[in-house]
This record gives sequence, C-alpha cells and structure tokens, in this order.
Amino acid sequence: MSTRTSAGPDRTVPYDDLLTRYEPVLGLEVHVELGTATKMFCGCATGFGAEPNTQTCPVCLGLPGALPVVNRTAVESAIRIGLALNCGIAEWCRFARKNYFYPDMPKNFQTSQYDEPIAVDGWLDVEVPPREGVDEEPFTYRVEIERAHMEEDTGKSTHVGGSTGRIHGASHSLVDYNRAGIPLIEIVTKPLTGAGERAPEVARAYVGALRDLLRALDVSDVKMEQGSLRCDANVSLMPTGAERFGTRTETKNVNSLRSVERAVRYEMTRHAAVLDAGESILQETRHWHEDTGITTSGRPKSDADDYRYFPEPDLVPVAPTREDVERLRATLPENPAERRRRLQEEWGYSDLEMRDVVNAGAVEVIEATVAVGASPAAARKWWMGELARRAKTAGEDGSAVGLLDLGVTPAHVAELDDLVTSGRLNDSMARQTLDGVLAGEGSPTEVADARGLELVQDDGALQAAVDEVLAENPDVVEKIRGGKVQAVGALIGQVMKKMRGQADAGRARQLILDTLGVQG
Amino acid sequence: MSNLSREDVAHVAMLARIQLEDAELDRLAAQLDQIVDWVGQVGEVASADVPPMSHPMPLANVTRPDEVRDSLTVEQALANAPQAQDDRFAVPRILDEE
Amino acid sequence: MSDPTTHAASGAGAADADLTRLTAVEMADRLAAGALTSVELTQAHLDRIERIDPTLNAFLLVDAEGALATAREVDAARAAGEQLPRLAGVPVAVKDIACTQGLTTTAGSRMLEDFVPPYDATVVARIRQARMPILGKTNMDEFAMGSSTEHSAFGPTRNPWDLDRIPGGSGGGSSAAVAAYLAPLAIGSDTGGSIRQPAAVTGTVGTKPTYGAVSRYGIIALASSLDQIGPCARTVADAALLHEVIAGHDPMDSTSVDAPVPDVVGAAGTTDLSGLRVGVVREISGSDQGFQPGVQARFDEALDALRDLGAEITEVSCPHFAYAMAAYYLILPSEASSNLARYDAMRYGRRVTPDGSPSAEQVMGASRDAGFGDEVKRRIILGTYALSSGYYDAYYGQAQKVRTLIARDFEAAFEQVDVLVSPTAPTTAFRIGDKTEDPMAMYLNDIATIPANLAGVPGMSVPSGTADEDGLPAGLQILAPAMQDQRLYAVGAALEARLRERQGGYVIEQAPEIEVRA
Ligand SMILES: [Mg+2]
Ligand SMILES: [Zn+2]
Repeated sequence: MSTRTSAGPDRTVPYDDLLTRYEPVLGLEVHVELGTATKMFCGCATGFGAEPNTQTCPVCLGLPGALPVVNRTAVESAIRIGLALNCGIAEWCRFARKNYFYPDMPKNFQTSQYDEPIAVDGWLDVEVPPREGVDEEPFTYRVEIERAHMEEDTGKSTHVGGSTGRIHGASHSLVDYNRAGIPLIEIVTKPLTGAGERAPEVARAYVGALRDLLRALDVSDVKMEQGSLRCDANVSLMPTGAERFGTRTETKNVNSLRSVERAVRYEMTRHAAVLDAGESILQETRHWHEDTGITTSGRPKSDADDYRYFPEPDLVPVAPTREDVERLRATLPENPAERRRRLQEEWGYSDLEMRDVVNAGAVEVIEATVAVGASPAAARKWWMGELARRAKTAGEDGSAVGLLDLGVTPAHVAELDDLVTSGRLNDSMARQTLDGVLAGEGSPTEVADARGLELVQDDGALQAAVDEVLAENPDVVEKIRGGKVQAVGALIGQVMKKMRGQADAGRARQLILDTLGVQG
Repeated sequence: MSNLSREDVAHVAMLARIQLEDAELDRLAAQLDQIVDWVGQVGEVASADVPPMSHPMPLANVTRPDEVRDSLTVEQALANAPQAQDDRFAVPRILDEE
Repeated sequence: MSDPTTHAASGAGAADADLTRLTAVEMADRLAAGALTSVELTQAHLDRIERIDPTLNAFLLVDAEGALATAREVDAARAAGEQLPRLAGVPVAVKDIACTQGLTTTAGSRMLEDFVPPYDATVVARIRQARMPILGKTNMDEFAMGSSTEHSAFGPTRNPWDLDRIPGGSGGGSSAAVAAYLAPLAIGSDTGGSIRQPAAVTGTVGTKPTYGAVSRYGIIALASSLDQIGPCARTVADAALLHEVIAGHDPMDSTSVDAPVPDVVGAAGTTDLSGLRVGVVREISGSDQGFQPGVQARFDEALDALRDLGAEITEVSCPHFAYAMAAYYLILPSEASSNLARYDAMRYGRRVTPDGSPSAEQVMGASRDAGFGDEVKRRIILGTYALSSGYYDAYYGQAQKVRTLIARDFEAAFEQVDVLVSPTAPTTAFRIGDKTEDPMAMYLNDIATIPANLAGVPGMSVPSGTADEDGLPAGLQILAPAMQDQRLYAVGAALEARLRERQGGYVIEQAPEIEVRA
C-alpha cells in the first residue's frame, strides 16, 4: 500500500522567503509513557530494557478471554498532568476502542479515549529564548491545549532481512510485547497560530517545557531517546491573511528537541515549495530522518483510517470526584518556569549563569546543596566547575556521566565548601579531598582527616618558613623593599613548597609583607 | 432498495481483515443486505432524548493498585505462537508504516 | 427437594448408569457420607462419555487423566478428614469458551484448534477451588455464535432426545452432556440465550445470572456487554449449587459486581409461592407470537401450576421488546467484530500463508478467511459495518438507545411484579440442517431470551414438560430484577417440584435411552 511515487528529495524553498507569503499553523501531539510500576490494564512490570516478552501476560498479549483493569495510579497521573496543564478534569469519562489491525497491537484495537478525554481545554506558557543579536527579551507564547487522554502503548517490532533493520525490504518482523500496554498520556494542542517565523522554535520550546513539567510532576522519565516522550508534529501553511487552515501533514518519529524544531522548519519549507508550484499538499504521515534532516512520505490518509471507535465495554467509566481532583491538585509541584525565575532571584544568579545551570540540568542539585547549607555561589562554583569538569570523563573508558552519577552528594559539596570557608582547606586541598570522596573514601571531613589535609593555622611554622625563604632570596627582598610588591608572588610559591602545600597562601603573603615591613 | 452493496461488503471485509473469495462475497452480500434492512428498524423507536446504554450495570471507577503481578514466562508467552525467533513473535513483513 | 432416593432409570443394570443418574445434590451427599468415592463417580461419567459421546459429540475434549487426578485428591483429602467444599468430587463439564490452563480451548473454532491457554478463567479457577473434577470441554457454536451448535467447526452436537435434532446453542454441548447424563453439571455462557435456549430444548435447567455476577475473566468474549456465565444442570437445586461456586466478585473483571452472592441455594428449597407476583410478558408469550402449540400449552399449564403454588399472575407489556432482536443483532456483531479482531494468526491461532511472499496484512486476511466459519464472518462484517464511520449513529448508537428503552420496560414491569415469565424458546428442538441456510430464521430462536441480556437481568429456563406434537421438551423462562437471582431459583424450584409431583418425575426422565450409533 506504499504510495511513494517520486524518487529523490522533495523541493524546498528558503525559510525566510516563505514567511513573506505564508502563515504556519502547528498542532503538536505528544505521547508520554507514564512511569508507573505496572501497565495500564494489567499488573505486568514496565521496566525499560527487559528481555523480550518477559513482561507480558494474558491481558497485554491480548489472549482470548483476558480483560483489562485500569491502573489507579495512571489515572491519577493523567489527572495531575491535566491539572498542571490548566485543563478541566472530566467529571465522567470513558475509554473507547480504536480499531485497526497492526501486528504490534495485540488486540487489534487500542484502548484509548475518544470523545470523552479525562482532561480538556488547558494551556501552557512557553518561553522561546532570545536570538543572539536580534532580541532583547525571550518570546513568550501561550500553547492552548485541546486535551490530554489516557491510552496504551503498542509492542515493538524489529525488522529482519532488510538492509538496515528498516521496514522496507524486510522479509519478516520480530515482535516484543513488553511495551504493549504501558500507560500513555496523549497531549494534543489546539492549532497553534500566530507564531510566524518563530513557529519551529515554539514547537521546540513547547516540547521542552512539557518535558520539564512532566519531570517535575514525577510521572515519567521523559527520555525522548528511549521513546518515553514522543512527539508528532502537524504542520500546515496558509497564505498570509487567509482564514482557512491549509492541508496538514503529520511528521512522526521526532525524538529530540532539536529534531522537533528542524522537522517543523523542514516541513514549512517543503509545503511552501509545493504550494508555490500551485500544487496541493497530500494529507499524509511523514517520517523524520535525523541523519539527513528531511522528512519522507509515509502513509496517506485513507478509507482504511476508519477506527470504528466505540465505548470499551470491558471497562466502566472513570468519574473522579471533585475531592479526588482537589487532593491531586494539592500534590502539584511549582510550575518549572516560575520556579526557575524564583530560584534565580533567590540565588542572585545572572541570566547567563541561570541559563547555564538550567542547560546543565543542575537546578535540582544546586537547590539541594543550598538547602543543606552551602551558599548559592559556592554550590554553583562546585557543580558547574570542578564537578562538571570531572563528570565529563568520569564514565567507564572516559565517557561522560551525569552530575548525579558522580557519587558526590549535595551534602558532600556543602561540607567541602564549609571546610574551605572555615579555613581548614585551601582550594588545592579541597580538590584532593574531592578525589578521596570520588574514590569512595568517605565524607570530605573523613577524607581530609585520613589524608592529613589541613591548613597550618599556627603562624609559628609558617613564620619559620617565611624567614628561611627571605634569607634565601636577598635579591627578591631588595626588589620588594624597593616598591615592587608584586614580586612577593615568587616567594609565596617557595613558602608553600616548604609547607608542602599545607598553608594558606594569603596568610603567607601577609607574613612576608609584615616581616619586611612593607604595605601590601 | 439495497442497503448494502457488494462493494460495501468488500470494503468492510477489508477493514475487518477477512480476505473473501468472490463467491463468498456474493453470498454474504445478499444475506447481509437482508439483515441490515431488518436491524435498521432500531431507527424507528428511540428519539434523541433517550440516552444510549453501553453497559447494563451502573458501575464507575473500578481500578486496581499499581502493584506488579507475575508475568508469564517467555516460554508461556510464545507457546502458542505460529512462529517465533529470538524470544520474539515472528510475523510476516509489515507494510506501510514504521 | 429433599427426596433422598435416587431416580435412577429402572433396569439400567450398569453401575455407571446408576451413578450418573444421581442428582448433583445426591452425589455430593453420598460423597460426604463416604458412601461413594469421587474416583468411582468420575470414572462412571468417563465411561458413559466414552460409550455415548461418539454419538452425541457433546465433548470437544475429554480430560480423563486430569479429572481422575482431582477425584483421587478429593478422596484422599476426605479420607484424611479434611473439610471439603459442598461439590468437592462432583464432576463438571466446561463449555469450550472458558480458558483452561494446559487444556486446548477452541471456542468451537478452527482458528483456535491448537490453542492451549497459559491460564485459567476465573470460573475454572473457582471450580478447581471447589475441587470438582473437570471432565472435559463441551462443544459449542463457533465463538458462541448460533442457536443450534451446528456452527461448531468440529461438527454438530446431537440432542439426546432425538439424535437428528439440534441441542440448542450456542451451548449445545453443555446442555446435551447434562441431559445425556455425561455430566451432572456444566458451565455455559449466555449472550442472547445460549444457556437458557439449550436448556429448554434438552429438558434441563440453565441460568443466566445477573450481568456481572459471575466473572468473565478468561471467557472467550463474544459480546462483552452481553456475555454472562452460568450453570447447566438437570435440577434447580443442582444449578443453585454450581451457581454458588462460580458467582462472586472478581477484581480481574472490571464489570464484575462487588456485592454478596444472593442465597440461591436457600431459594432452591422453596415450595410455596404465596403472594409472589408473576408477570406474563405479552410481547414474548402467547400463540399470537407464533410459538409452537405444544410449547404454548406447557407454558399455560405452568402458569396454572404457579397459581396453584400461590402466585398471582398478571399480564404486563414491554412494548420495546419488539425491537430487542434488531438491537441485539447490532450490538452483538459490533462488539464481536472488535473482540474477534485479535484472532489474526500473529501471536496464536491458525496461520494460513498464501503463496509468494505475503505481507502480514495478507496473512491476516487469509488466516481469518480460513479460520472463521460463515456465521462468524457474517457477524464480523455486519458489526464492522455498524461501527463504521457514517453508520455508527444509525446502527450501533441507535441500538444502544433501544437498549435503554428495554431496560426501562423491565424497570416498569418490575414495579408491578416480582418476576416475569415466558416460554424460553418459540419451538422445541428443530432438525439439524433445517435453518443453517437461513440465518434470520435461526436468529428468531432467541426472541424471548435476548431482552434479559440487553438489560443485564438474570434469567432461568426450567423444563415445563414435553410438547404433544413431537414429544420434545419445552422450557419456561423466569426473569428477575438485577441482583435478585434467588427469585429465579425460588420460582424454578417450586414449579419443578409441582411438575414432578404431577408427572411422577423430572421432565428429563422422559427422555428416551440413547441409541449409540456406530
Ligand atoms: Mg493516540
Ligand atoms: Zn500484562
């Protein structure tokens, strides 16, 4: 049934050019795999990466006679997501069967929601970062949410016998149903208009904001690369000033934030070329290719898309009480964007510092570090500096790991910083202490104790070292007395060397100057 | 008047993934036309203000706790498979979509 | 119903015949008293099955080994003084629509010829908990679509009363097995009358409990909102015992009712119906509905008997029952078309691979064409059509509204009366082959039983006697409000006792001895 007709890449027009004639309209459908312990309708575990077909049962294999039972936590997650997206929560809604045949769908219908979704009519404000040299301020866009509904995932097919594991040319496929039945929430936007040239960035910012929100809700691990967050992008163009939307295409398989932006941008340029040529857009699904940065034709909309929805007779309605909804509302976390603004203010970071922290995914860990007593500046200094640097090569064979995977806790960092500010350790000693913590030798204090790391607080030893160094360097002493105070640096190094690093360099400098009777 | 043409039946059979032979299609089309004509009488009675009843018992909010239960073993899962390979169900080549 | 004597057919010399002719109540009592072992009892049934069933074709699978293993365990447990459930050791047959772990379960379809479930239906699990030996799996119309068991892919079951006639359907295997003393009890499923109509035409008792009263988990679905599992037996008291075993809430079935099981066993001891208000449903009773005269005559006599027992008989009207058949033949095929979509030969089931290098889609199409019989294909296509875009409102949507009207008819009727009655089926058993070419004529068999499924109320068929013109049994249907299943047993038991008194025995005892065919 493949209708691929034209060989070779599609025509496109330059992006900036098309915006003079067309207005883009977006529609984004995001599927989120919930992080529940069990599947939507059965008690099978949902862990990622299990051996094939080890997380299946009569229900999620669609065996004869099996019946679904709704996962309570999945419903609660759906309601919390709906509330966080400012949606109304249905007082009564049902599941429906979406009937179509596909080998990775065990019952040949997907249990989903159709005309009675659990959450409707919400919004999410997203911020598109300012373009360098163009904007002063970020661009804020309100994404209107049409609905969020509950459904179940399908199994996973591997295509065998083709050249690259792709569907075309494969001789047969192998299906693993571990994923079949994992709870999904599908979040659908209303048609998004008025974003103009910023449309691709709005799409990206929306998916990013949604990801942050879902992470804050702790309902999903939202890993786009593992498919727990998946985005389908509907794109159409209408001539500037027109009132009716153009024909849309639905681009599937867009699994990174960057790809969302690129895919939307590409489709806009492709649509414009088709429309410029006086031709019309075919309503179809498109496949996004990360490697080449283009979309290719998938499946046209056809008569076969008659899903014969009807209310799922094996399930009863979901009717959340208003008390339940309010109880769940009380569990909502602060909106991630608002939270970010609040923290930036509390911590006194600059816009640039805050953006770096956000991009590094270090907001939570810095917050935790501040919470156990470190100053915001110190927390940022350690996590974004020394620790970020070490994380880059801390993996096996020198690969990068996440900040939280280093084995250093916020409490460790706060303690370490305290050792520095209290004057027990200098920076170089703190780094040595960190080595010990990373090596699993214990807390910073334990490591410093075990390794004998401690600044010498007694000026006696230091004064002796200073006297020795002054006696050994009469020429430098001459210079300093002659007014070249900066020459003191050469002497500090020698003093530190004599102290085997266990001294405060600042104190050494002071003693040298005092001994020579020179003002610093 | 025919309610259900032979083409209708062929289309619906396609939706239902039943590959009918021509003779079978002819026979079914004739019977189904008669049946559809007869069941169509449901249109005579119920008015717009009658709510549809999808379920005999007025239950709601039947859910289960999010607790893991034993799954089948992979051997059990695959025991009835017409074909299996590498602990997966082997199915013929899939057209269309990725 | 406390007659302690057996009603064994006189002169049936073989010991197995004696034992198989006991009621389940009597079997349970003798087992409990140590006067009989479960192995003896189970073996007697297995012997009779071996002798008779090649003629009847009531069983698709006989599990002698499994049944005897259970029987031995029960005997050992009893010998050890263990407290056992009431029906422990009493054998039972299970309609092949219920999944049995390790035992092939076909639903009467070529599609599932070799399907061995890795799990037990809840009903089967409860039977095992009750420690009842499972004799085997009984024949049925393919996927329970039919009223004669002629649509089984594995050949029709014959009616023990007349081997050239149908035993009803879809559960003809279960009712024939019970009627022919191959099993004292059997499990059936009733979507539009598949327990009650076979009971009527084989002179046995069958109950469709309230929708949701018995778990559907593991029962191969026909129409989810209509299907219900129930007992088949030769007496009302026997049916009550099995009803009690299988009923009750099941967390694996979201549509299962979480409420106490009504005291059906207690109700089955009823002998007096004083003050009971019985309604005769005009739309599904009476000769003007085209019911066979002999069926009508037994029905009228049964009404007299109910009056004698103290009941007050009135006529009630359920005007929308006239549309029940049409609504049913939209709702059932619609739900079935979706429920049966899973039979695509990808994960299980019969796979047919056309020549060349066919796609999954082509293999599905060919497998479903070859694996499904005509009636199944007819209904799948009808249901697919009724749900398809542009037709949903006119067909499925409208049928759901009719369902509301029928439920309202029942509500109104149950404000006036405690139970409703009608003949169970319009005719006695018809001849094998008579209606196979005319699906519409076949459908009309279920005219009296279907409204209960649409509304979810419980119903029972009890024998009302035999028709004068053909000597074949007819049934009386009793319907009660939802969750009032015990009323069925009260009325059924009292009527059964009265007819037994009048006729000198149970109706089933009038059945001729089966002539074994080569
Ligand atoms: Mg969806
Ligand atoms: Zn499962």
